[in-house]
Amino acid sequence: MTLNAGFVRERVRGTILERIGDTPLVRLQRIGAGLRGEVWAKIESANPGGSVKDRAGLWMVIAAEAEGRIRQDSVLLDATSGNTGVALALVCAVRGHNVRLVMPDRVSLERKRIATAFGARLTLSDPLEGTDGAIREAQRLAKSDSRFVYVDQYSNPANPLAHELTTGPEIWSQTGGAVTHFVAGVGTSGTVVGVSRALRPKGVRIVAVQPDDALHGIEGWKHMPSAIRPAIWDERVADVHMTMDTDDATVMTRRLAKEEGIFTGPSGGAAIAAALRIAKEQTGRIVVLIADGGERYLSTPLWE
Amino acid sequence: MAVTVRLPGALRDTTGGQTKIEASGRTLGDVIGDIDRRHPGFRGRVLDDAGRIRTYVNVYIGEDDARARGGAEAAVPEGSEVMVIPAMAGGA
Repeated sequence: MTLNAGFVRERVRGTILERIGDTPLVRLQRIGAGLRGEVWAKIESANPGGSVKDRAGLWMVIAAEAEGRIRQDSVLLDATSGNTGVALALVCAVRGHNVRLVMPDRVSLERKRIATAFGARLTLSDPLEGTDGAIREAQRLAKSDSRFVYVDQYSNPANPLAHELTTGPEIWSQTGGAVTHFVAGVGTSGTVVGVSRALRPKGVRIVAVQPDDALHGIEGWKHMPSAIRPAIWDERVADVHMTMDTDDATVMTRRLAKEEGIFTGPSGGAAIAAALRIAKEQTGRIVVLIADGGERYLSTPLWE
Repeated sequence: MAVTVRLPGALRDTTGGQTKIEASGRTLGDVIGDIDRRHPGFRGRVLDDAGRIRTYVNVYIGEDDARARGGAEAAVPEGSEVMVIPAMAGGA
């Protein structure tokens, strides 16, 4: 079946999951001063699970329920660098499902502990293989036991659908239709693909940003030339493709905290740094997706 | 001091496809420098201009986080295994 926003909202009415979405949109008053374009930040850390992934997590679980894929002994399974894991664990805690997450060993502690707090079981994959190693391990597990329901955020159509039917319309409504650009990083690509479907037909230019190197520190983003390509990714959804250096992203992440009071992770800094390049050259209202909060990185050198 | 250095797939382009390299050196910086001599550009992928381990890279000497043992100055015992891994992972 095809989900819609009303159906999803009704399924979670009266629970904390009802608070997923409708996140704040704030203008950068200092970092964005003096530029030709206005830069606005969509603060996804305001979601109950602390990241943009709550949207996809909720929709993917509700889709699996609606499709009849979840039985009493089922275990929802996915590979995740962390934020999706937290989101799935949160949603499954509320919906009463078991969840198993595969994530690379020795990544930052915060997500592992939060996902575990929500009741998830973790399988740690080879740290040298990164997220792609976690994907391969999840694929192996999915084939090994019929109780696993493989969510597969990289291929699941409910991932971009969540953004097409919630994130995109929210941005349109919050800007009164004045949004001219949307900037976001590409990881699973669900955000960019979904928002593009909602806003590009209205004339909004879509900007997709990737790390500039296979070895990078922009958590949640993929360097597509060297990574397993998500099935939902389609380069044609974006008008502009940009790359971002991790050091530039780190500098901007720290500036956002000190100058705007926006405490975010490295992907938030990277997306804003990309948006500033556009705002220097072009007029308009540029909306940037800030995927998560800085608290998720307190154990990393980012904040030392 | 001969050690084994294990590398992530993301560094294969710098090391000619190798993810396991034998190297020598008394400190982590020496070991990285030894690899850099054979694979120019390697040092800059792991250490920043000031010689510190990049914020988005974790290096382990055996089970120990190299940052906690002095970063590039950390001693690397004979026969130990050094592991270089991405501190972050990709997934939005």
